[in-house]
Formats: sequence, C-alpha cells, structure tokens
Amino acid sequence: MKNLFLMTATFMACISFTNNANAKATGDSLKIKKAGFANSAGLKLPAGFVATQYAQGLGEARHIAVTPQGDVYVKLSALKNGKGIYYLHDANGDGKADVQTGFGDFTGTGMGVKNGYLYASSDTKIFRYKLDSKGKVVDPAHPELIVTGLLNRHEHEAKPFTFDNKGNIYVTIGAYSNACQVNDRAKGSPGIQPCPILDSAGGIWKFDANKPDQTYGDQERYATGLRNEMGIAWNSDVNELYVMQHGRDQLHDLFPNLFTTKQSAELPAECLYLLHKGDNAGWPYMYYDQIQHKKILMPEYGGDGKKEGGENAIDPLMAFPGHMAPDGLLFYEGNKFPEKYKNGAFIAFHGSWNRAPEPQKGFFVAFVPFKNGKPSGNWEVFADDFAGGAEFMSPNEAKHRPCGLAEGPDGSLYVSDDKGGTIYKIIYKGK
Amino acid sequence: MLFIVACNFGGDAQSSTVKAQLANGKKVYQKNCLTCHQANGGGVPRMNPPLINAAFVKGDAQKLIQWVLLGSTQKVPIDGKYYSNNMPAQANLKDQDIADVLTYIRNNFKNKAPAISANEVKETRVAIK
Repeated sequence: MKNLFLMTATFMACISFTNNANAKATGDSLKIKKAGFANSAGLKLPAGFVATQYAQGLGEARHIAVTPQGDVYVKLSALKNGKGIYYLHDANGDGKADVQTGFGDFTGTGMGVKNGYLYASSDTKIFRYKLDSKGKVVDPAHPELIVTGLLNRHEHEAKPFTFDNKGNIYVTIGAYSNACQVNDRAKGSPGIQPCPILDSAGGIWKFDANKPDQTYGDQERYATGLRNEMGIAWNSDVNELYVMQHGRDQLHDLFPNLFTTKQSAELPAECLYLLHKGDNAGWPYMYYDQIQHKKILMPEYGGDGKKEGGENAIDPLMAFPGHMAPDGLLFYEGNKFPEKYKNGAFIAFHGSWNRAPEPQKGFFVAFVPFKNGKPSGNWEVFADDFAGGAEFMSPNEAKHRPCGLAEGPDGSLYVSDDKGGTIYKIIYKGK
Repeated sequence: MLFIVACNFGGDAQSSTVKAQLANGKKVYQKNCLTCHQANGGGVPRMNPPLINAAFVKGDAQKLIQWVLLGSTQKVPIDGKYYSNNMPAQANLKDQDIADVLTYIRNNFKNKAPAISANEVKETRVAIK
C-alpha cells in the first residue's frame, strides 16, 4: 500500500515535470513568433522563408551536394538498403523529391559536385563519379579513386572536403583524440609534447582534384592545429578557405578543480577560421575562450583556465558558444535570398552533447553576414527547431540534427539531417 | 532523489545491499559516466553508445567489468551500431565503485540484470593483468 502510494505520487511528479517542460516550450515559441519568425515543415524560419521536407527516411544523411540541374546527392554514414549515396530528383517541382536512387557500397560523410564530377568520401578515401549532361552519374559501380590511405583511428573519422576554383580539393583529417593526451579522455593523463597526431591528422590537406591515387606526401598539409573541421567551405567571393572547428570536450570531467560544469558547458568556443597556407590554429596546446576573448593554454599542457597560450596560433574570425558542433558550412552565392544573405555564411550546428549535465544547445542553422571575406555583423539563428523542442537534456531525444548544407541553382538552401534522415529545402518567397 | 529513482526504476523489493549499491552507483555514474552516456543513458548518436535496454549492459558481467577497467579504442559494433569516441579506462575507480555503477546501469535505463559485486571486479582485475 505504501509502495502504491509512493508510485502514484512519483507518477504525478513525473507528469507535472513534463507539463512544466511543455509550458516552457510554448513560452519560447511565442517569443520567437513575435520576433517575426514563421513555422514551415517543422522548422522555425525568418518571415518570408518557406521550407519543405525534400526527402525523408535516409537515415544518417551527412553532407549533400546539388548539381547545376538542381538534383541532390546525399552521402550516408550508415548504408540504406546496402547503398551509401542517394540521388534525389524532384520531377514535378513541388519541393519534394519523387525519385530516390541509391548506389555506392561505402559509408562516409563528404559529398561535393565540381566540374562535371560527383565527389564522395569514405573515412579513408575520396572517390569521384563522372556526371552526364543531366547531372546523373554515368557509371555508379566504378568510381575513380582520387585520394587513398587517409588516417581513420576511431575519433573524428569523417573526411569532409571542399574545392577551390583552380582544381584543388581541401580535405579535413580530424585529430583522433580530444586533447592529445597520453590516454585519450582519461582523467590525469597529460598532453603529449610535441603532439604526434599532427603529422598525419589534426589539419587540412590539399590534393589535386583531378589526379588519381594520391595520398600523404603527394600534396601538402595546408593548415594544422585544427581538431576537427566538419564545416569546410571555399568562399568564391574572396577565394579563401574557411572552416568551422569542433572545440575540445570535457573540461570539467577532466579538470573538475579548474572548471565548473557551467564553465565546461560554455567553453571552449566553436571557432570560425579563415585559413591561409601554413596556418596553425593551435590545437592541442591551446583553446579559444570566447568569454575572455583569449587563447588559453590547454590544461593538459599546464593551463589553468587563465594562463594564455598559442603564441603562434591564428585567431578565429568568430567564436560561438561551446559544443554546438558545427557540421556544415556554406557561403551563399545566390540572389534569391534578401540582400543581407549574399556571400554570407550558413552554419549547420548539429547540437551539443558535451554540455551535460547542463541543457544542450545547437540543433539549428545559423547565419553570419559577410563583407569582403570577413563577418560584418553578429551571428543569428536562421533555421531552428530541428530537435523538436525548446530545451534538450540529451541529443538522442532530438528528432533531427542538421549536418550538411548545399545551395541549389535556383538559390534555395538544402539542409541534411543525420538523426531523422530528412533533407530540407528552404526557399525565400518574400513577405 | 527518490523521485528520480522511482521514475527510472521498476519497483521490485531489493536487499539493502543492492539499494546501497544503486545509491552509490548513481553518484559514480554522475561523476564519471554522465557526460558521454548522458543523464538518461541515451548516449550520443554515432559517438557514444546508449545504455538503454542494451544487450552488452545486461549481458556477461565479466565483459562489462573488463570494458570499464580497460576502456575501448577499437571500432567494434555495439548492439549492431558503430560509435566513434574512445572510452577511457576507469581502472582508477575502486572495486566497490565499479561494482556499484555497473549494478546501477544494469538496473536502470530499461535494463534488468543481476547486481555485480566488488569481489567480481577484484577477480576480473587479476584475470586481465
């Protein structure tokens, strides 16, 4: 009897907890509506923008690319019906793909279309497929191997890439470590000096986009000291390379005496970098603190959250709150969105996990206005509500998580989601 | 405290030893496991495996103890899925704390499996040396 009472009381406590969460969500969405946002296809967008769910059911939909003819290719990191790439075609122009065709038997993340080829990466290789005049793959069973032998040691294994306009491909090789400790993520384990990972990972490597069978040594390490640059994009307005970094995890877990859980949730920044040849962004010896606006010595290398570090490291162009996980970066070249979006950057924030036990953050697409290759204003949330609620404690509860971005020839913006397997198409219809 | 335990947990009568293990196991979980495996045991898609209704959590006790003592840097499928992040070895935890946290996860997050004793942890520690 006593137990029954206890369980009933507990059940009611659980219900009231849920109701509170709902009340909070409603309050937040009201606020956003007042600020001139509209709901579309489950997303909150600025007024005048409309979204459709272009495709669904794709599982782990990672990066995406659009052909000059307007068809979409998506790379999957888990095979769907044995296929790792899907071709999506909208025959009747209603913003929803009616054709889904799979090919390629490998998983991965990178996807790009350049000069009549579709490029796709596994976690160790980059392949390309010749496209015909309609933007369809000529021989799906026989891709050409462009780069091989890239390091995949478990963590940060994805190989995202982008192209310049001179025939080169720039590939992220993420560091297979959180902070280059002797034992990864183990409390009390020091940072290795010098960090041996950087010779073959933790940077951007540049290859010839048209030459087969390249690997390390064939071309150069373009930039180093970069932990994991999931967002990588060429800005054709100024012909420069930009990346979005996933900052280090677990400051509180590993150094509870130096960082509170709240500090550990905010720090370090997720950084936007402009990269020139030979640049060093400082990982693992430093992290960027967006509250102090300083490069701080990494605690694994003797830091205490205050001592500065990274004397030779470049500064970020913009620093975002910690752990939001920027998985996609795109410079908008079209003319169909309002003027302020021209040449600006869209960033797909996958959403955090490392803020626990604090609430999670991200699960949105952000926008940064740009002029002459530099941010010309603050960042703002562009497309929100992918997760399906206002406050999240755990990313596995999120319905959708933005990952890849691509621009269509009609000026539309495509966003992929590797949690719910949805591809969104966002267009501007005007106010 | 009572509220959380009751929300997550069935309702079977338990011995006071197991109750004490569950209470301490929760503290150990929050301090050492929560960031990666999350408060609800849901893990992080593609990165850190969920503990919810998980065969490897409910299964062989010795394998589970080994996992905690040795950590994992190998990419092996867990309940059919791959996860990227390394798990650090937690051999610095006391035998009792490891026994308690494993008993906690084996009886939370929709799992139901026998408790693990400090002695079992001690024996596994010797066996893997």
